[in-house]
Amino acid sequence: MSTQRRHGIRTIATGTVAITLLAAGLAACGGESSTADPDGTLVFGISADPAQMIPWTATSTQSIQVLSQIYSPILNTDAEGVPEAGLAELPTVSEDGKTYTFTLQDGVTFSDGSALDSADVKHTYETIIDPASSASSASYFASVAGIEAPDPQTVVVTLKQPDASFVSGLTAVNTAIVPSDADPKSLESKPIGSGPYQFKSRTPNESITLTRNDDYFAGEPGARTVEFRVIPDEQSMVSSLKTGAVDVAIFDNPVTAKTATSGQTTSTTVDSLSYHVLQLRASSPTLKDVNARLAIQCAISREDVIESAALGSGKPTGPITSPEYRSDPEAQPCPEQDLDKAKDYLAKAGKPNGFTLNLMTSQGLYSTAVDEAQNIQAQLGKVGIKVNVEALDSNAYVERWLAADFDAAIAMNGGSSDPNTMYGRYFTKAGSFNKVAGYSSPELDKLFAEGIATTDTDARAPIYEEISQHLVDQAVWVWLFTPEMYVVANKGVKGLEERTDASISTLWKASVS
Amino acid sequence: MEGLGLLSAATGLSHRVGALGRHPAARRVGEAVLTLIGVSLFTFVLLRVVPGDQITAAYGTAAGDLSPEQLEVLESYYGLDEPLVSQYFGWLGGVLTGNLGISATSHLSVLSMTAQALPITVELAVLAIGIGLLLGVPGGMLAASRPGRARDQISQLTSLVALSVPSFLLAAAVSSWLVDTVGWYPNGEGFRTLAEDPALNLQQMLLPSLVLGISIAPPILQTTRAAILSVRSEDYIRTARAKGVPDRRLQVRHILRNALIPVVTMSGLQFGFLLGGALVAEQIFAIPGIGRQVLLGLEQKEYAVVQSTVLVIAAMFVLVNLVTDLLYRLVDPRIRAS
Repeated sequence: MSTQRRHGIRTIATGTVAITLLAAGLAACGGESSTADPDGTLVFGISADPAQMIPWTATSTQSIQVLSQIYSPILNTDAEGVPEAGLAELPTVSEDGKTYTFTLQDGVTFSDGSALDSADVKHTYETIIDPASSASSASYFASVAGIEAPDPQTVVVTLKQPDASFVSGLTAVNTAIVPSDADPKSLESKPIGSGPYQFKSRTPNESITLTRNDDYFAGEPGARTVEFRVIPDEQSMVSSLKTGAVDVAIFDNPVTAKTATSGQTTSTTVDSLSYHVLQLRASSPTLKDVNARLAIQCAISREDVIESAALGSGKPTGPITSPEYRSDPEAQPCPEQDLDKAKDYLAKAGKPNGFTLNLMTSQGLYSTAVDEAQNIQAQLGKVGIKVNVEALDSNAYVERWLAADFDAAIAMNGGSSDPNTMYGRYFTKAGSFNKVAGYSSPELDKLFAEGIATTDTDARAPIYEEISQHLVDQAVWVWLFTPEMYVVANKGVKGLEERTDASISTLWKASVS
Repeated sequence: MEGLGLLSAATGLSHRVGALGRHPAARRVGEAVLTLIGVSLFTFVLLRVVPGDQITAAYGTAAGDLSPEQLEVLESYYGLDEPLVSQYFGWLGGVLTGNLGISATSHLSVLSMTAQALPITVELAVLAIGIGLLLGVPGGMLAASRPGRARDQISQLTSLVALSVPSFLLAAAVSSWLVDTVGWYPNGEGFRTLAEDPALNLQQMLLPSLVLGISIAPPILQTTRAAILSVRSEDYIRTARAKGVPDRRLQVRHILRNALIPVVTMSGLQFGFLLGGALVAEQIFAIPGIGRQVLLGLEQKEYAVVQSTVLVIAAMFVLVNLVTDLLYRLVDPRIRAS
């Protein structure tokens, strides 16, 4: 079966133009030299078995990728990551910003044939809020006071106080809707969702196979079958792409993506909302003085980190990466490396000859994490700041990070379409990660409170601009760059959308020929 | 009085155990059990000494977002709130009754996971040993036929190179060369077991077993060479030669057969290592064997998966050593006689 399909791809691929990642609908367009095979199987390569199979527990990339095919959250995101209609239209928000009313689409069903209605939404959200479910998405619902389902199509969520970031959480896979009558335990092995594909079978550590949901509410999925195939080794993934055994895979390493690109495959570069950062803990004795932190900011060339450590894959960034609130990467005391200014700051900090900084990193974070630490070590060495790099195992790193047991750390943090979701938990005094972030100020607390209470995007933007400026002026952290990701696909794959963070929530629009 | 009674009972028991311990077979079994207990304790302690647990492994830095109530639920779910002693004996009690635990990620029993993964690794190890022997034994014979001369030096140099090249590098080089030249890479297709699709399975096993075979051929070659050289200088070979035994018969029946004993030992050891150590090849070539099961267990901090699988591997290792001992008796009648 798969050999036949591979052969088909190979012969047709010779006659087709380079894959263009198209917007909705184009997948269905006929008339090209190669036509989509309605019975085709799309093989998506993943590097590890999904660790979680219940939406609200999903944390691993692979779980999110697989579950986003099986389940639907109440809202979707556009290609940039900004919320848009999904199972429901965008909600109407009351004057006081505390009541959100969602109207669900008519006639949506779960894969077991039952109707998806407001009771399922209420059930899902209440399960997430219940500590017993240990949901990774519970924090999105922190400001929820109650959920009502007045009729089958309407869901009304009441908040304790206005929360402009509330809607962005509802686009995540870990808030996707599950049937209210399904036992969570059975969902682990037999997922029931309303997504474009239905669960068919799973062989642990080998593959997960899904089949088309003919009743999918947003349209007809392009491939009849989607198989997520586990191939742990990158080189093996490259070989599988080149021989056509795998149709699509995502890489974060530009060199690997380049080796995977051949006559049969095309690589597309997509931006990411996540960001690489040198986290400083302003509350640690070494970095208490803002001048010491500013010296670090001024001594670092972000371009140099990108070019030599990150293999040229990334763009310099400021704190906020949310598309509608993006920080100007140049708006900081030292937008470029300025060693003289760095030395001035060191003198102001009373440490003209520099100081010693402990910097932790981990190879397990992402492929270039240790290289970035070493690059920063070399750069800071130029102004006399001696960096001790500690390269830890990823579990040890996570443990020390959570315990705030470090002066400085290399990190890659996930972004969000909402700026409060990005930083509220780090830089407000009550934030769950404030101890890790190591910085708060009454001024920031006030700004964050203002930002979350303002629902209008235009009115919110200047507030977050001010927050962003405060963060870089105080050199709370040193924001480095947003990484690029590479979607490598067989040329027989059509209609794959180019999406921020290489999200594959619209993989259903793609088809194989 | 009661204490004395207990003491005498204990002495009686220890005498009985001592008498039993003098029997060679019983001693071997006793040693094996002690080894397995040691392995299980070592694995148990090691897993808990290294930083992180199942919660940090599953949630990463997002574990910081969990509320105290959520953490409590998770700790009780993963059994982390139990004292270490009861964690160990709970697990050991399960193992003794055939329950190796449940994987919290795949929701399958470790027993069924192992039942699926072990035959795959055993197949891989058998093929790799086969390839190792096919390369190593003739190579060793060739080297020993003219010690110190060109063919000896070439064999030794080749084996040194094969030993020095890391298997992951060899694997990557071989597979990317095959992909670029002939466009062949069977390991990208979904894995098939020998029973499901023998043709595809053997193709998928070819590269990993070749890579592993190449890495174990050098010690086999060296052992064969040394053994042949030592056997050849034995008196009984000189006698056989003087009696006019034809050269081919002399080489095979008299020299090789006697030289095979250390080769069997070496192969047994290598086989044991392959059961747990085929990990790199399994990871690179996407072979869902037992090595990967341990690795995934380690990554996810699945204590039950790692503890039980390591125990199974150790048991296999002990078993293979016993089988090797038995094979000696087949190869060498002198051992049988003694």
